[in-house]
Formats: sequence, C-alpha cells, structure tokens
Amino acid sequence: MTTVFNVEYAAKKIIEAFPDSVAVVVKVAVVVNSNSLYQVAEFLKDTSGFEFDYLNNLTAVDYIDYFEVVYNLNSLEHNHSLVLKTRCYDRNRPVVPSVISLWRAADYQEREIYDLMGITFEGHPNLKRLLLWEGFMGHPLRRDYL
Amino acid sequence: MTLLEQFQLWLASMWPDWAAYITPAIVGILVIIIFVLTMVMVIIYFERRFMARFQIRLGPNRCGPEGILQPIADAIKVLFKEDIVPAKGDKLVHWIAPIVVFVPILMIFAVVPIHKGAILVDLNVGIVYVVAISSLSTVGIYMAGWAANNKYALISALRTIAQMVSYELPVVLSILGVVLMVGSLSMNQIVDSQSIPFILLQPLGFIIFFLGTLAEMNRCPFDLLEAESEIIAGYHIEYSGMKFALFYLGEYGHAVAYSCIITTLFLSGWRGPLLPPIIWFLIKIMVVFALIVWIRSTIPRLRVDQLMAFAWKCMLPMAVINLFIVAAEVLWLPEVFPWIMIAVNFAFACALVLLWSKLFVLGGGRVEV
Amino acid sequence: MAIKTEPFILNMGPQHPSTHGVFRMKVTLDGEVVVDVEPVIGYLHRGIEKLAEGRTYTQNIPFTDRLDYLASMTNNFAYVLAVEKLAGIKVPERVEYLRIIVAEMMRISSHLMAVGFFLNDLGAMMTPMLYMFREREKLLDLFDMVCGQRLTYNYMRIGGVSQDIPDDFLPALKRFVAEMPGFIDEYDQLLAENEILLVRTKGVGVLPKDLAINIAASGPVLRASGVDWDIRRDDTYSIYDRFDFDIPIGNVGDCYDRYWVRMQEMSQSIRILEQAIAQLPEGKVCADVPQLLRPPIGEVYGHIEAPKGELGFYLVSDNSISPYRFHIRPPTLINLTALKDMVIGWKVADLIITFGSMDVCLGEIDR
Repeated sequence: MTTVFNVEYAAKKIIEAFPDSVAVVVKVAVVVNSNSLYQVAEFLKDTSGFEFDYLNNLTAVDYIDYFEVVYNLNSLEHNHSLVLKTRCYDRNRPVVPSVISLWRAADYQEREIYDLMGITFEGHPNLKRLLLWEGFMGHPLRRDYL
Repeated sequence: MTLLEQFQLWLASMWPDWAAYITPAIVGILVIIIFVLTMVMVIIYFERRFMARFQIRLGPNRCGPEGILQPIADAIKVLFKEDIVPAKGDKLVHWIAPIVVFVPILMIFAVVPIHKGAILVDLNVGIVYVVAISSLSTVGIYMAGWAANNKYALISALRTIAQMVSYELPVVLSILGVVLMVGSLSMNQIVDSQSIPFILLQPLGFIIFFLGTLAEMNRCPFDLLEAESEIIAGYHIEYSGMKFALFYLGEYGHAVAYSCIITTLFLSGWRGPLLPPIIWFLIKIMVVFALIVWIRSTIPRLRVDQLMAFAWKCMLPMAVINLFIVAAEVLWLPEVFPWIMIAVNFAFACALVLLWSKLFVLGGGRVEV
Repeated sequence: MAIKTEPFILNMGPQHPSTHGVFRMKVTLDGEVVVDVEPVIGYLHRGIEKLAEGRTYTQNIPFTDRLDYLASMTNNFAYVLAVEKLAGIKVPERVEYLRIIVAEMMRISSHLMAVGFFLNDLGAMMTPMLYMFREREKLLDLFDMVCGQRLTYNYMRIGGVSQDIPDDFLPALKRFVAEMPGFIDEYDQLLAENEILLVRTKGVGVLPKDLAINIAASGPVLRASGVDWDIRRDDTYSIYDRFDFDIPIGNVGDCYDRYWVRMQEMSQSIRILEQAIAQLPEGKVCADVPQLLRPPIGEVYGHIEAPKGELGFYLVSDNSISPYRFHIRPPTLINLTALKDMVIGWKVADLIITFGSMDVCLGEIDR
C-alpha cells in the first residue's frame, strides 16, 4: 500500500533547502512558486528519503484566478507518494518550468497541457500541440473556452 | 516423342506444313493457360478453406456448394473494380509490370511434364530454362514497386531484389544435385530416372530447394515483400482491378509452378502405381501446396537481415555440401545399392541441419545510427 | 565504392494495418534502418475531458468505456473508484468481488488481444490471433450475460454495479476458469518455443529498467523491464489484498519479455478469478448513493492497474453535480514516450513489433 508522504514534513524540508519556494501548504499537497519548481522537483527526486523517481501523473486545472499544475509523484523504492503543485496567475501567458529533464514521463503530458490548457513549459525541447492540430485557435480545457 | 509432336505429325499427313506447325502450338498454349487458370482457382479455394481449418474457422462457404464458386465471385469482383493509376507514377511501367510478372510464370509450365509425353516442349535444358525464366518475374515486381511512386512499394521492390539474388544460389545448387544424379537437364529424363523419388535420395537437397522456392514465390515465412503488417501490400499496393488480379494470379501461378517443379524434381513427377499419371501429378501438387499453406498459417515472418543471413550462412553452405556429397556418391557408389545411399543421405541431412541450427543464431540486427 | 545515400521519410499511418487504430508515425529511414520516429496522435481526439465537465458523475461512466475499448470494464472500475474515493462512499462486499471478477476477466481479454495482435504484427498470418479470439469470444459472451453488452459495458455505478449477475453466470464462468489454463498451455505450445518468434523478439526493442521508471512506464511494459511494481499489490485498491497472486517480472525488457509477462499475467488472473468466485458473498449490489451525487470540495487522484498499465483519474470537485476537472492518465500514451529510444537503429519490422508489444489503444491515447 502506497503511503502518502507527510505533506508538512515535506514542506519543512523543502523550505530548509529553498527558503522562499513554498507558497502554501494545503491539505494534500505542497504548492511551490513556479520559478522554483524545477529546483524543488530536482530536490524531491534526488534527496534520499524522498527519492520520487516516478512521475505518475501531470495535469493542470484552471481555477479562473490561476492555473494549477499538479504533479503526482511516487517513489517506487519507498512506495510513498506526494502531490506537488504550482500556480501561475498570469492568464495571458502562464509559464511553468519543464521537468522533462528530470522525468521524461512529462514529455507528452506537458505537451498535452500546453495544447489543451495553454500553459507554456519553459525548457521543453519539443513543445508542440499534441492532440489538436497546429493552428487550432484557443485552448479547449480552459473554463472560458466555449 | 511428346504428344504434341505426334499430333503435329498426324496433322502434317493431311494439312499443309505451316498449319500443321501452328495448330499444335496454339492448342498446347491454350491447354496450358486453361490448366494454370483452373489450378490457380482450385488452389485459391483450397488455400482459403484449408487455412481456415488451421485457424478454427470455416472459410468461404456461401458461394455455391461449400463455397466452391468463391474464386469465380472474387474474379468477377476484381474485374469490375476501377483501375487506378497513381497520378505521379510511371504510367507505362505501371502498365507493363503485371504482364512481366505473369507471363514468365506461364512460360514455366511449357517444360512441366504432366503425363508421359504430355509436355509442351521437351527442352534438353529444361531445368535451366525454369531457373532462368522464373527469375524474370522479379524484374516485373521491381518495376511495379518502382512505378507506383510509393515508398512502401519501393521498400518492397528493394527487398525483392535482395531476396531473389540470395535465394537463387541455393536453389540452383540443390537442383544440380538432382541433375548430377540424372545426368540430364531435360525434365522428361528427370522424371524417367526417378524409380525412387529423389526426396528419398536427396532429403537435404529437397529441404533446401523447398525453402528456397518458398522465398522465391514470397510465401511465409519469407513473405517480406508483401509483409502486410509492415509495408502493407508491398509492391502491388497501388494496383487495383485487373492489374491487381494479374499479380494475384501470378502469385498463385508461381505457387502452382513451383509445386509442379518440386513434384517433378523430387517426388517423381507423374509416376505412381494404380492411379492414372495425371491424378498422381495433381495429388502431388496439392500435397506440396498443402505443406506451403501449413507453413504459412503456422509461423511468423523473418526479418530482412535474418532472411539474408539464413540464405548466405545456412542454405548456401549446406547446398554446396549437399552437392559434394551427391557428386561423390554418383562417382563412387555403385548404382545397385540405392538403399545405402538413402540411409547415408538421411544421416547427412539430419547431421547437417542439426549442426547448422546449433552453429548459427539469427539474432542481432541493431545498427548504430 | 561508397554509394551516396540519403535517409527518407516514411509516413506510417494513420491508416496502416499495424498501427492499432489511427496512430501515425513519421519514420525516417536509412534503407531499412529506423533513424528517427516521431509519433503524431490526435486523430481520435473526442475531447472527453472537456465533455465530462458538463455532465454529472454518473453520466460520465459511459465516456470511460470509450477510452480503452478493449478493457472498458477496467476503465469503469478506475473511474468509479476515484469518485468513491472523492465522495467517501463505502461499497457493499459483494460489489467489490463482482468488480474484481469482471476486471480480471477484462485483463485476460485485453491480454489475449494484445498477444494476438502482437503475433499478427510479427507476420503470423492471423492464426494465433484467431486462437486468442476463440477465448475472447467466450469472455465477451460472459460480459454479455452480466450487462447485455459486448464492448462498451457501462456496468459499474458509483457505489456499486448496475445489476446483479444472472444465475447462470457463475457456472459459465467456472467452466471458463477451469478450461482456460489448458488453452494457455495450447498457446504456449504454438508460440513459446517457436524459433522464428524467438529470433524476432529476443533482444529487440529493449526498454532499460532506469528508462522505464524515468518515463513512468506502467503495466506489463514496466514489469517486463524488471521493475517489480504492480498497483494491485503495491497500492492496493478494492480488495486485492485478500487474494494470493504472483507478479511476473521480465529481466531484459525486450519484446519477448513483454509478450511473456502478458502470458503469465493471464494465468495469474485465472488464479484471482478462482479465489474470487470461491469467496463471492451474497448481498446488495449497490450502496445507497444519491441520484445526483455532489462530492465535497476536493480533489483526488485514483489509479488502478489496468491491463495496459496505470490508469489514473484526477478529479476535482467543486461540490456541484459535475466534476470541475476530469483528467485521465492514459497508460499507453505515457508508455509511448520511450518508443523512439527503443527502435532507433532497428529495422522497420522491429519498429512494428516493438510498437505492437507496447499494446497501445488509440481510444485511450487520444481521448
């Protein structure tokens, strides 16, 4: 049975390593600032005790005020999981650093989010639309797309 | 003297020479075309029904009793289809290619003896003629692959050339074993001298020849040039209607032709006890073809590099060794003891096949790019 | 003499016999050797994630049928589990067993298709596939008895299943479970020692262990690479902890291992089925759930071990009757990430079988 990693503890450790990276700690997840996301992700992947080597799921939610990008992380070795989130408030040009160099699993999922939600992943080598065709207007999964 | 020559002599006794010369030729050609087309229909039906049994299904059973009219229905359907020529294809070559594929296959039948004396021409180089003519259809396949202006077809065409060049050698070498034993290249002579079928005297030669012909007529497991799962239909991907039908006929005609050749070379042709020769001949063709269908419906396909490795590393050396063994036996073994030869050759065949299966592994294949 | 050559681009698909749907690959070839592969997807995109935001939780169940249409029941299962986790619904005992029975039947059915089509890609001219179809047909008949459908079942409901199994279902299932090991032996006789199958698949399309984890491969693809990870055991859902089963692990991660893992998993599913049938209790087949479910505000990521890998649903609720966000984690799309690494340098034929051995389903990739 996968244990859910203690969010408070994870947040404390992350703050120790990167002082102003964590924005909020909600009940189920650690929300980090988008500009320090890459460092935090790298920290979670490589630090012993965390070792989140498996990126289960990567998705984004449009909360009107902000976009939330959700990383469901898992560690095959310790069999524990953690939800990492980041938010971007700029609706016109939301940007999040890409984690593809840490987990290649992010490849298609980041392209999909870019395609359907319109969030740009900085550092993705091949950020093209995945499901829709080039030249499609708008990003359908946004709440204001009708 | 063949039946046609007797017919010609009989005609010459009452008709002018030129008529007596042309009429038997036309009659012979018509008989061959009808024989080939009928056999093709029969074996298409046979293959579909027989393969269906392997695949736990029924096969075509709606047209006529037990689906026996299915090949005719297929033929009608194919004839009425629109003939599509790719806009950017080479139209002339596209048009010629099916003919170039089909005609050599018909020509093979000219030297197949289906009865005592029932042969169109008893060429004294009969078997060499077969080898030469049957390679010609490769050119047609290459033309088809080229003319379609389609990359799948082109890959298929390139595979054809490589495959034919590789498999021609072991096939010819295994034929040489038979020729050494008979001492003649004529097909009639070959049948006449088989009081014991050569499959018993030269089991290894039979295996090599059979596998080689499987490759030559593009049947499983060497059906790389029409590998459905890879290059879809291969060289005839852009063909439809009657042109496609010619390829289809050519493919099955090839199968019939090689069944005939195998029957003639290794299964003592039309010879057999009790039943009339023509029945024996047909039975043997069907048995060979059934073996081909069995293989087709059982095993997967080889990859292109494994196919080449199999030809050059396994079949060619074995064919050469087989040739040496046969030559030595013809030279030194007295003809009165064929049974010794059978035993020796079976032992050699088993030993060599086992040895080669241990020696060579057809693996690998990754190329650094 | 060196001949000047240049690579050319072959466009494979969307209409191609072995792309298993409308998948398209832009393959750069140097002769027969694959130099580059670029998958192009989206030909079957139906916008299920967007559509689901406008429908109630129950109305979304049929959408999940249309994801991986070869394992519809498992998709239902993953979705209703996620919703139940979100809403905190406890389902009756009998339902848990019924769900596991149909899910494991679905796993066998899906693996049969996967292996059958894999052999078809190898060029085995339909024969293995039709043998696999024989057993799949029996499974489909069983599903037909359960819910009246053969492909898109829509059987599970939030809090239960749509209807109880008919009386003649269990005897029929027992008969199937009793005879299926014999059929698996038959497949082994046909395939396992086949020389051509071995030379074609051994060492071909290797997915190394660390790469498999890095790309978050899941299901048989991950296990064939030697990673001992099965969500049924490692993140137990429903009542899988009550059953005794093994998890087959490959060691190389080549096409043969993926084929082998699937064959073994079928036997293990049979074991689970045997135990589940023996333990099946009586009782209700649906919990008391409001017609218009309004889960509390929150979010959930529920994942299960679908036949093709980890099928996850990420649901966000805003306490309304429809999900605020409905995200599907498609296992086969993420497995495909490594396709390029696995086939570079191999031949076209190896590209086809490697792709076939990943067992993709385009309904799920494109959503």
